[in-house]
Amino acid sequence: MQIHEYQAKILFSHRHIQIPKGILIDSVAKASDACKALGGDVWIVKAQVHAGGRGKGGGVILCRSVEEVGRVCGQLLGSQLITPQTDAKGLPVGQLLIEVEQNIELELYLGLLIDRQTQKITVLASTKGGMDIEKVASETPDKIIKFGINPLGDLSVQDCTLVAKKLGLNAELTKQFNNTLLGLYEIFTQKNVNLIEINPLIVTKENQLLALDGKIDFDDNALYHHEDIAALRDISQEDEKERLASEYQLNYISLDGTIGCMVNGAGLAMATMDLIEHFGGLPANFLDVGGGATADKVAKAFELIQTEASVKGILVNIFGGIVRCDLIAQGILQAIKTVGLTLPIVVRLGGTNAPAGLNLLGESEFNIHVESDLTKAAIKIVELAK
Amino acid sequence: MSVLIDKNTRVITQGFTGKQGTFHSKQSIAYGTQFVGGVTPNKGGQKHLDLPVFNTVVQAMRETGANASMIYVPPQFAYASILESIEAQMPVIACITEGIPVQDMLKIKAILKTSNSILIGPNCPGVITPDECKLGIMSGNIHQAGSVGVISRSGTLTYEAVHQTTQVDLGQSTCIGIGGDPIQGMSFIDCLALFEADPQTQSIIMVGEIGGSAEEEAAEYIQSHVSKPVVSYIAGLSAPEGKRMGHAGAVITAGTGKAIDKINALKKVGVVIAPTPTTMGETLLEVLA
Repeated sequence: MQIHEYQAKILFSHRHIQIPKGILIDSVAKASDACKALGGDVWIVKAQVHAGGRGKGGGVILCRSVEEVGRVCGQLLGSQLITPQTDAKGLPVGQLLIEVEQNIELELYLGLLIDRQTQKITVLASTKGGMDIEKVASETPDKIIKFGINPLGDLSVQDCTLVAKKLGLNAELTKQFNNTLLGLYEIFTQKNVNLIEINPLIVTKENQLLALDGKIDFDDNALYHHEDIAALRDISQEDEKERLASEYQLNYISLDGTIGCMVNGAGLAMATMDLIEHFGGLPANFLDVGGGATADKVAKAFELIQTEASVKGILVNIFGGIVRCDLIAQGILQAIKTVGLTLPIVVRLGGTNAPAGLNLLGESEFNIHVESDLTKAAIKIVELAK
Repeated sequence: MSVLIDKNTRVITQGFTGKQGTFHSKQSIAYGTQFVGGVTPNKGGQKHLDLPVFNTVVQAMRETGANASMIYVPPQFAYASILESIEAQMPVIACITEGIPVQDMLKIKAILKTSNSILIGPNCPGVITPDECKLGIMSGNIHQAGSVGVISRSGTLTYEAVHQTTQVDLGQSTCIGIGGDPIQGMSFIDCLALFEADPQTQSIIMVGEIGGSAEEEAAEYIQSHVSKPVVSYIAGLSAPEGKRMGHAGAVITAGTGKAIDKINALKKVGVVIAPTPTTMGETLLEVLA
């Protein structure tokens, strides 16, 4: 689960990580009061959306007068912000963070993540802050400082000092840096974070370390024991269909193609998408109905797929292991009776009791193309969805 | 011969009396597995499925000589259950549970390095040696004893690989579902090493997917350590970047973990790639011809 920049900064400040003075607003009327309360004469208006690349998308704007702040807030609030990291629709802007401009001396990068290869929580730091860190890592890997933390140990002040030294920080900044990194590590381990980053972490002309931005991605599997974090969820930033699907324990991801897929198992669902592409079609979604593909779940899945306007055909691919295919077939028929069927459909059943399941579907009153062979099923649906 | 488990393996279930534990223990017993009991805290002394229930793994091992455990407890208890099994020095542990926090797995992984226990999973179907022992949730009837070692990050794709190798009459020596999480117990490399050393295994099917670099690491290992033919299928060529495709570990982040990079790494070391998920069996037949 992602959260907004302003929420990350609140978590930072609870750990005494220094952040710029800022005020969150949700209406244009509050803009001028916010500027007055903040003081200064140059402000940064930052759109709060769950995506990076906000600057490039026009979501981070420097304003030199209160009037300009008002005008920019008017443009941004209620708009859809499109950044290099969003889809073509963009994300809705409901809140803006207004901050005072800082005198930047140096921009650093500081983050913590789970390194799958070394299987450690790893500190990432760089003197090339304010840029796309992946780009820095691939173009100038020598500018990336990596430090792995023993999973059964802890991050020590000495470890932090080592990283600060590699960044070339002086004694006073090192003190602030250690405080910042220890604070990030505390949030990371106490709140089950997958990724936390400050980009850029700036050094001001006044020799102060400030978190100019903040990003945190939490482990969904641990949210149940962090109620405070779960409460930060903003569903306006989530895909409506993906959210609805998750309420029925369906794993759904919208894609750009025309063939709706319904599959049991995540790996097989991905493989089914690949197969559709292999034969010249394009999948409209990823959908894993899970091991227990009940009639109710299947009905919901059909509903989700059929409400996507771009879908021209449906491929159902179930491999019955413990779940019997004849029961799945009954579920499919019941689902079609409930939600109706408006599109061509191909059903492939394999594994336990597949022939019985295919018979049930083939002999039904509905126009269902049945297949025991997945390759043939994929070719058929690509043809039907043309 | 086979790897990890065989007809002499004595199996218990942790989370024995729960709904999942009960269902899958029954299936495992029906398959002919040598099943010796189970563990559910505070239910020690009772009988379940005509077998003894113990409070702890240590007791279960002492009383029954169990040497393999499958874990079906809910995710919030899985960390403690795996740890209990490791501390009891259980030789083989298969954790089926999905949804264990990644940071819990980091700790378990570090502890495993100082132990002789082998963990399969979590978030996996488990492991099976056809006709001998079923330590997991896979359906027994699609398997056939034979010569192919199967390793996979995905449950349902393991079943496809099994189904296809049964259809071409090669059968399987042992099938290991290593699971879909970013941090797992056994890796591809651990499994490859076992299959390379196993006389019954004559070829290997390795099913990978997007996310992480386990397939690339496996490719390096295969080049220097594996002499048996390996066929691979990698799922997710059509997957978009930044989206978690069902499995916690199946996500392309910042350009890393792409299917095409894995495919290229494997091809480079002579692994033959099945072009589609439906051609793993026939591709292997062609390689062996």
